[in-house]
Amino acid sequence: MLEYLQILGQEVYKIFFLLVPILVSVAMIVWLDRRIWGMVQKRRGPNVVGPFGLFQTLADALKYIFKEIIIPASANKVIFILAPIITMTLALVAWAVIPMSEDFVLSDINVGILYLFAISSLGVYGIIMGGWASNSKYPFLGAIRSAAQMVSYEVSIGIIIINVLLCVGSLNLKEIVLAQKDLWYVIPLFPMFIVFFISALAETNRPPFDLPEAEAELVAGYQTEYSGMMYAMFWLGEYANILLMCAMGSILFLGGWLPIIDIYPLNLIPAPIWMILKILFLFFLFALIKAIVPRYRYDQLMRLGWKIFLPFSLIYLVLTASFLFYFDKLPKGNF
Amino acid sequence: MNLNRLFKTIFLVEFVSGLYLAIRELFRKSKTINYPFEKGSISPRMRGEHALRRYPNGEERCIACKLCEAVCPAQAITIESTERGDGSRKTTRYDIDMLKCIYCGLCQESCPVDAIVQGPNFEFATETREELYYDKKKLLENGDRWESVLAKNIKLDKLYR
Repeated sequence: MLEYLQILGQEVYKIFFLLVPILVSVAMIVWLDRRIWGMVQKRRGPNVVGPFGLFQTLADALKYIFKEIIIPASANKVIFILAPIITMTLALVAWAVIPMSEDFVLSDINVGILYLFAISSLGVYGIIMGGWASNSKYPFLGAIRSAAQMVSYEVSIGIIIINVLLCVGSLNLKEIVLAQKDLWYVIPLFPMFIVFFISALAETNRPPFDLPEAEAELVAGYQTEYSGMMYAMFWLGEYANILLMCAMGSILFLGGWLPIIDIYPLNLIPAPIWMILKILFLFFLFALIKAIVPRYRYDQLMRLGWKIFLPFSLIYLVLTASFLFYFDKLPKGNF
Repeated sequence: MNLNRLFKTIFLVEFVSGLYLAIRELFRKSKTINYPFEKGSISPRMRGEHALRRYPNGEERCIACKLCEAVCPAQAITIESTERGDGSRKTTRYDIDMLKCIYCGLCQESCPVDAIVQGPNFEFATETREELYYDKKKLLENGDRWESVLAKNIKLDKLYR
């Protein structure tokens, strides 16, 4: 009994040390997003609360905590409350398998990438539930859009992941990173990296694919009826998901925690720092893209997903496979 | 779809050039000012918060002619007056409802003795509605507080009046 408690305590301790940095970095990333957005538009962005406005998100969170939570009379209360909880939980749970360095990972499971993919696919449930349970038209339309969008782009993300897996021969995230020791996959699979990046934008409902919350048409999409802490949870979940997608991109294509080249001054920098730098780089691109592109029309979005990305990644998959087979480079791992 | 367009679409040419533009603008100076800490310049004609001025000897300028009350398009001004001991006519009440006021500046223009003026202050937001029903005391206080700026502004604008 005591032994179990001890193990439980250890695990809780570990989870705590994973969650707190993630929540803090989500807060910082929201600030960074707004700041970059402002700077591109030649504004200043949040710069009053704390040094450089760094605590702006904390101030916002405090505001959300003290706000009243309004539950619409006609809403399905249980599901309405459950939706933001699910969104946020799923966004945080996925971080369990992200390796920050060779031995700095909460759970090193063999099917890490599959788990990651499954969890990020489940993310759409939070949105559908939120939109449906609100029992009002804008959230409902937003939720439908979001569901269709995320399902479409998951297909191409799945095939892109298969592309990488063909080169690695393992579903373990650690081995995916270690397989890139000589050559990051961003070089041979560059078109796939671009497609992955754009799909990740669509997957996380970021502009130019933020149709579920297109404020011009749908008020705020599935978040319309939410207020106070519940809204903040949706918001945190969304940014945690964006961060997760950046982490996924850096693991699959940018060599995770590996330094750019394995030479003297660069490999002194600790591995997690490299990982964080790569995540930040990808997030920087996310934030820039938010500032430069107008929103897609819905049919354009669907056309891009189904008619361009899906066939393109399939063709590239065939090409990769035949290349690897022809030059006898198929990974000979433990199948 | 012609070839040029196809090339541009496949290689995301316009997207990349947009990205370049964004990165370039990222490092340029921002056009906005850091508002509560630095403020933009204000014209001497700025029509902000109202103030009732005094003569240098401390006597109120207002002679209760009620021109401002008559001209006010929003009917925001209420004046009551009486004859004082020395035979001069002075106001007993001078109220401006700052919520009705449309800041047109007609009261200032109509005033023959430059008593009611609109100053450069525009940061007088309050938390309750009642605080914005200005009475004579508040307006005179404003006048005392802003007198140096008000006198300067009137002098600067004299040429055009």
